[in-house]
Amino acid sequence: MNKKLATVLLLASATMLAACAKKAPEQLPPPPVSSGGEQTPAPTTPMGPQVGSQEHFRNAVNGQTVIYFDLDRFNISSTSAATLQAQAQYFAQYPQLTFTIEGHADERGTREYNLALGERRANAAKNYLTSLGIAPNRIAVVSYGKERPVALGSDEQSWAQNRRAASVMIR
Amino acid sequence: MKRMIWLPLIALVPGTAAQAQDLGAPVGEGGRVERIQVAPTEATDGPLRGTVTDESDWSDIGIAIPAFATDRNRETPANAEGTGALGREIARVITANLRNNGLFKPVGPDSLPAPSFPQITSPAWTSWSGRSAEMLVHGYVQARNDGRLVVGCYLYDVSLQSELVREGWVVPPADWRRAAHKCSDVIFARLTGESPFFDSRIAYIAETGPKDARVKRLAIMDSDGANHRFLTLGSATALTPRFSPDYSKILYLSYVDGNPRIYVYDIGTGKQTLVTENRNPTIAPRWSPDGRSILYSMSVSGNTDIYTVPATGGASRRLTDAPGIDVGGSFSPDGSKIVFESDRSGSQQCYIMNADGSNQRRISFFGGRCATPEWSPRGDQIAFTRIAGDFNVAVMNTSGGGMRVLTKGWQDEAPTWAPNGRIIQFFRTERNSGRSGIWQVDLTGRNERRLPTPVDGSDPAWGPIRP
Repeated sequence: MNKKLATVLLLASATMLAACAKKAPEQLPPPPVSSGGEQTPAPTTPMGPQVGSQEHFRNAVNGQTVIYFDLDRFNISSTSAATLQAQAQYFAQYPQLTFTIEGHADERGTREYNLALGERRANAAKNYLTSLGIAPNRIAVVSYGKERPVALGSDEQSWAQNRRAASVMIR
Repeated sequence: MKRMIWLPLIALVPGTAAQAQDLGAPVGEGGRVERIQVAPTEATDGPLRGTVTDESDWSDIGIAIPAFATDRNRETPANAEGTGALGREIARVITANLRNNGLFKPVGPDSLPAPSFPQITSPAWTSWSGRSAEMLVHGYVQARNDGRLVVGCYLYDVSLQSELVREGWVVPPADWRRAAHKCSDVIFARLTGESPFFDSRIAYIAETGPKDARVKRLAIMDSDGANHRFLTLGSATALTPRFSPDYSKILYLSYVDGNPRIYVYDIGTGKQTLVTENRNPTIAPRWSPDGRSILYSMSVSGNTDIYTVPATGGASRRLTDAPGIDVGGSFSPDGSKIVFESDRSGSQQCYIMNADGSNQRRISFFGGRCATPEWSPRGDQIAFTRIAGDFNVAVMNTSGGGMRVLTKGWQDEAPTWAPNGRIIQFFRTERNSGRSGIWQVDLTGRNERRLPTPVDGSDPAWGPIRP
């Protein structure tokens, strides 16, 4: 119940922000207004991370820049959905930003299959963000297959960390 | 005025530079080796029977390979000490070729007396039969006045005291190893009845650096690891190379523009072009046996399918349309069929279709998964990566029957065939460290060896026998 309500609210706010963005003058970018709902530190502080930097994004979504997948799967879990909703809120707030979703696989698949699987995972994340109102032309997708692991062991824990789709800001 | 001229130039240059930014210097391909007639063996009174070899035990045949003789020691760019020392080197290369993969039991020039030049066509039979050598390889090397080398190669049956085969070649000094490989091929083919494979090259991915920052470069080498060259510089990840059937081009995947894309790299000119002008990622390139068309896999909105395109460019044709991942593909030697992998059934399995995409049907029904299938050049077998927890290299017949697992590593992946279809190459990855190496195994699974490479290696792909 609660979750559903939260999703609806998020969707609503995302849509509103997107709508605002359309009306905004082309001069760009409107200085971000620190709205009441946002818990992030004011991004306009000269000392803090710049809007559109990976650090700014990471702070805004409480570190949830990455979603994870089960072995050989590419569906968006409920945990991942919450992560992507937080990301969508950020991207709705800063409609001038574009970003890349990097799809990855663990080392237990063959190289070429994993390139295709990483592509599938990144597209699943993209489709979810699109369904939340983020314009598809703002989202680039790239697969690295099993070529860029973050966890280096050959064990379940490492593999779980490597089956991922990471959102990365384009500077 | 100046500005108007300069602006388009500036606009053009970055695009060109970006295309080529990871390429090293091009490496020409040697081309055809010139064959010549060599002097026949002097008549002996030995019995004139055919070969005594029996295919079941040719791996136990003892072969003596003493240094190749020279008529007179002359300077050659191929060896600082002249043609005499070069003759010993040639015999060493042949010995190593025949020893590797457990093909024979050769004894090399470093533990044998060196025959004189006249003895090459008139062996000292009694001294060789006393060494329990069943077969004897003799040869010579001569430097011609034009600098080119003449290499003669003779195979004798010691007990029959008869010549089994002889051949000769003229090579530029830089190609002296090719003469040694040609001689190895003559010996191998005569003793086994199999097609040759030593005079061939291997494209692969050279790997360096830690597991989370691996540098992957396109590299090529001879079948024995010699004449190694890096073709890319390593700033962009390169993967999955395939030599064209005439060795003039290599298909491979590069991230040089930030995305996985298949390029056609011309070895002679050092130029490369995209396999297809398209914004979607392209992976898993393969040549058709005649080199006229290229298979590749392309992801569109996350759905990967197999396509074909003429090697000279032009319109692509989609061969598969299943939702899910259809990837890779390998032609039958006659070009009429393609074996590929697909997860349309829920997990990676191997399928066969006609070359036009029709009649797609699954052939793998054993336990585990079937990935990276590669059709043997002989046509009767398909090698693949069997995933059942670990990865192993396995073979099956073209109906999916007769499955045999050939290797037992933790991750043995991506088999490709030697040009004669007797030896399979693959890469083995170590658990945890991620270190990788290139390995070869024969069809019996008994003879396995690591191919020496200067750094770690993966994705080995054998080219055909050279002309």
